[in-house]
Amino acid sequence: MKVVFTTSGDNLKSDLDNRFGRAPRFIVYDLESKSFEVINNDQGMNAAHGAGVRAAEIVARTGADAIVTGNCGPKAFSVLRAAGIKVFSSEASTVEEALENFISGTLKETTAPTVERYW
Amino acid sequence: MILAVASGKGGTGKTTVSVNTAIAIDIPVQLLDCDVEDPNTHLFLQTEGAYEETVSIMIPEVDDSLCNGCGECGRFCEYNAIVSFGSTAIVFDDMCHGCGGCKKVCPTGAIHEIEKRIGSIETSQAGRIRLIQGRLDVGMAMSPPVIRRAKAHLRDDVPAILDAPPGTSCPVVTTVLGADYVILVTEPTPFGLSDLKLSVSMIRELGVPFGVVINRIGIGDTRTHDFCRDSGIPILLEIPDDQRIAEAYSRGKLIVEEIPEYRPLFKSLYRKLEKQSN
Repeated sequence: MKVVFTTSGDNLKSDLDNRFGRAPRFIVYDLESKSFEVINNDQGMNAAHGAGVRAAEIVARTGADAIVTGNCGPKAFSVLRAAGIKVFSSEASTVEEALENFISGTLKETTAPTVERYW
Repeated sequence: MILAVASGKGGTGKTTVSVNTAIAIDIPVQLLDCDVEDPNTHLFLQTEGAYEETVSIMIPEVDDSLCNGCGECGRFCEYNAIVSFGSTAIVFDDMCHGCGGCKKVCPTGAIHEIEKRIGSIETSQAGRIRLIQGRLDVGMAMSPPVIRRAKAHLRDDVPAILDAPPGTSCPVVTTVLGADYVILVTEPTPFGLSDLKLSVSMIRELGVPFGVVINRIGIGDTRTHDFCRDSGIPILLEIPDDQRIAEAYSRGKLIVEEIPEYRPLFKSLYRKLEKQSN
């Protein structure tokens, strides 16, 4: 199972970015192999419009099963839902902390967008 | 002659200048309200014979049985209005600008286009004035297609006055492109001047001749005048901060009819520009 985390850094000690569409990078963590890869979100971050849509496509193409982020807007949410990716909202400060919370099952799945469009 | 009336700042008097000029010149004229998010020209005219037509754009619709999720459509779309992955695509029609590019790049032919209504054009007559008003539907975000359609109604053989929306973005550019002359309406305040400067740089980039009308002379300061003088921009007309104008406006009345002494000012403004464009 793969879980994606939004981050401004490039390793597990990095900050969890609470923005989804305009987060600089995604950490794709593989729970089986306990390894991760870092994916750039330049396309989403620099999009004039529809950052969340573009970012959601990037996440969908990683084959991830879940994403852990701060907030997720309506368009990104609908793309992630269509891709069968579960969205978890976390207030953790680092990716590592968010990962621990995810594994221990203390994160609650988000069933609706957490913010308005253009947030 | 196509005359566009624009301003960076809202509420400086674009509609006042447009409508009063249209009335004052006493000849057949086309008046286009291109402020399609909130057209208000009709409030000042007694119109008859209104005819309404719908404005639509073409947006993509995807046949999921043909989509292979390659993502070409989404990579092409500047506005991220379409995204595909797996074996499906999602269209966000409120983001779509209707360019049709996704349909062209789709390698499996899964995309066809359908019409989406975004607004309307209302045409009516008020004496010598043929009023053409664009109106963007509530909830729609894109006004340029409505403005372009309103402008498509223009006849070449009758002069036209285009009342632009405020600002310096796409709707304004769409309005003033193709105009022979642009009147920038401003007021002599720091706010007015700041937005005038933005308008000037936009119009210069478009390469359309322009001049300035300063409204509400008597408020603010002289910096707007100084700027025009130092930049070599002609001041075409100065309208005083006259309470009678505000009173007339608040009742939906025209300055040139309520306060006849202003009539020659608007008439000579037009004559001056007409002479210049010839």
